[in-house]
Amino acid sequence: MFEKPLGMRDTLPNLYETKQHVRSALETEMKRWGYQFIATPALEYYETVGTASAILDQQLFKLLDQEGHTLVLRPDMTAPIARVAASKLLNENLPIRLAYSANLFRAQQREGGRPAEFEQVGVECIGDGTVSADGEMIALAVSVLKESGLKNFQLSIGHSGFVKELFVQILGNEERAQELTKFLYEKNYVGYREHVKSLPLSSIDSQRLLAFLNLRGGMEVIGKSLDLIENEKGKEAILELQELWNIINDYEVANYVKFDLTLVSHMSYYTGILFEVYADNVGFPIGNGGRYDGLLEKFGRSTGATGFAIRLDRLIEALGEIDETAPVECILFSSERRKEACGLAKERRIAGNQVVLQDISGVKDLDACTKKYSDVTFLVGKAGKEPVK
Amino acid sequence: MTVKEPLTIAMPKGRIFEEAAELLRKAGYQLPPEFDDSRKLIIDVPEENFRFILSKPMDVATYVEHGVADLGIAGKDVLLEEERDVYELLDLKISACYLAVAGLPGTKMNDVAPKIATKYPNVAAAFFREQGEQVEIIKLNGSIELAPLIGLSDRIVDIVSTGQTLKENGLVEYETITTITSRLIVNPVSYRMKDERITGIVASLSEVI
Repeated sequence: MFEKPLGMRDTLPNLYETKQHVRSALETEMKRWGYQFIATPALEYYETVGTASAILDQQLFKLLDQEGHTLVLRPDMTAPIARVAASKLLNENLPIRLAYSANLFRAQQREGGRPAEFEQVGVECIGDGTVSADGEMIALAVSVLKESGLKNFQLSIGHSGFVKELFVQILGNEERAQELTKFLYEKNYVGYREHVKSLPLSSIDSQRLLAFLNLRGGMEVIGKSLDLIENEKGKEAILELQELWNIINDYEVANYVKFDLTLVSHMSYYTGILFEVYADNVGFPIGNGGRYDGLLEKFGRSTGATGFAIRLDRLIEALGEIDETAPVECILFSSERRKEACGLAKERRIAGNQVVLQDISGVKDLDACTKKYSDVTFLVGKAGKEPVK
Repeated sequence: MTVKEPLTIAMPKGRIFEEAAELLRKAGYQLPPEFDDSRKLIIDVPEENFRFILSKPMDVATYVEHGVADLGIAGKDVLLEEERDVYELLDLKISACYLAVAGLPGTKMNDVAPKIATKYPNVAAAFFREQGEQVEIIKLNGSIELAPLIGLSDRIVDIVSTGQTLKENGLVEYETITTITSRLIVNPVSYRMKDERITGIVASLSEVI
């Protein structure tokens, strides 16, 4: 057997069909919301898109072009779209709504069987700084997932601006805030609590930081977080979430949504509202999104943007069903009746059937061959005979 | 959302298991009396709608990361070594021990590249890297104390609870790396999808720690 590089997978017919089916459900719904699909190259410059992408450096597949520039296989689509939006589409009126379905590449650190190439279907809404745009992301995410047939799923919404403001307010500077945020990234709440207790803080501030870990749930989280935050920017963040909640209710998707202000993302470019998508039966998030107002600036254009992406492989795992491939029929012919066979095949293909046209002299094992197809027609021997089924 | 589905808890076999079961009982959960000495790998406790999965201590975090267990009880040593993407919610303060560097008494480490035998290659490598020492790590799966006795390594990195095993094999501790206790860990998706039940368990466990 010939081996594939670590983490690379073949997609065989059944899975291919399932992917196509699910992808098309997502794409159709995104188009209904006015998003236009684009494609970008698989290879980008390491210096620009590679460093902007927020994926760990050791997860990047790197190579050199003929001139010695370092290239990366794109590890996400947000950075390439930001690059496009800052350049080619510059003349277009903002906001613009773009969508993609693309294969991404991230080298895996452990357990080589995990996919290092996977497909994401997502959208980016560029140049709209309103909370309405954030609400649209959440409503659209819910809508595409429902269209795909997914039943039990949940979106958890956080706000990276709130976390930053709260930590800076209490700890005094960004460096100390980052130190504490690291525990959130690592999901290490034991370490977080120990760190808070080790800091020379007033008991009120210490309590606030510990209470922060409980800011999860429904609408009531808004009130609780307003009790913790004192500075204006932090309060603004909470007002954004308040407005977002109203928007989500107008879209009638509130029962899919919860707040979780402890949510932080490894995608460091998120600046405001961010969210993750979870489903039953899959141990990993099936999608994520959020606002990234600073990213376009890296490509020379200062404007806000928000978006989300669904991981197709994990969504399919959550759906739990692999489509059966559509039935394929076969016409076996011998050369004297080839013309007749071609005619029949054409006719049936026009009728929408999937038809294999096979010269019988190319078949080694007739039984095995006929078993493969849903229906077999023999056009063999002298012309003029009725087709035998 | 289905309420009937049991909450799955991965537990390590052996010493931690007994202490964890006792802690759960103290927190008010009704576990059957024969629970502790069952040889089954999967134990359902319908009274509490729990399903326990008994595994090797080192594998608990793996089950939880992949979401086949919602919760798990794992030693901090395992979390440090495996670096799995799971929430570490509570320090259960049970099964206390520590990770230490040990070796034959009065011996110096080889100057060039001393050999370190351990079950914890990542932890050991990180520790010596931080010390600025260049070492060769040898991964073993058990009976680590053998390594210095038979000349396989200069030092070992292993967990020590009473120090009895080291003593019986004529080894002494040189350095403590970190203290270890068992932790309650949670799968990130379960933490959100089953948040109410999990928050309840965290609350009742917090009261008895």
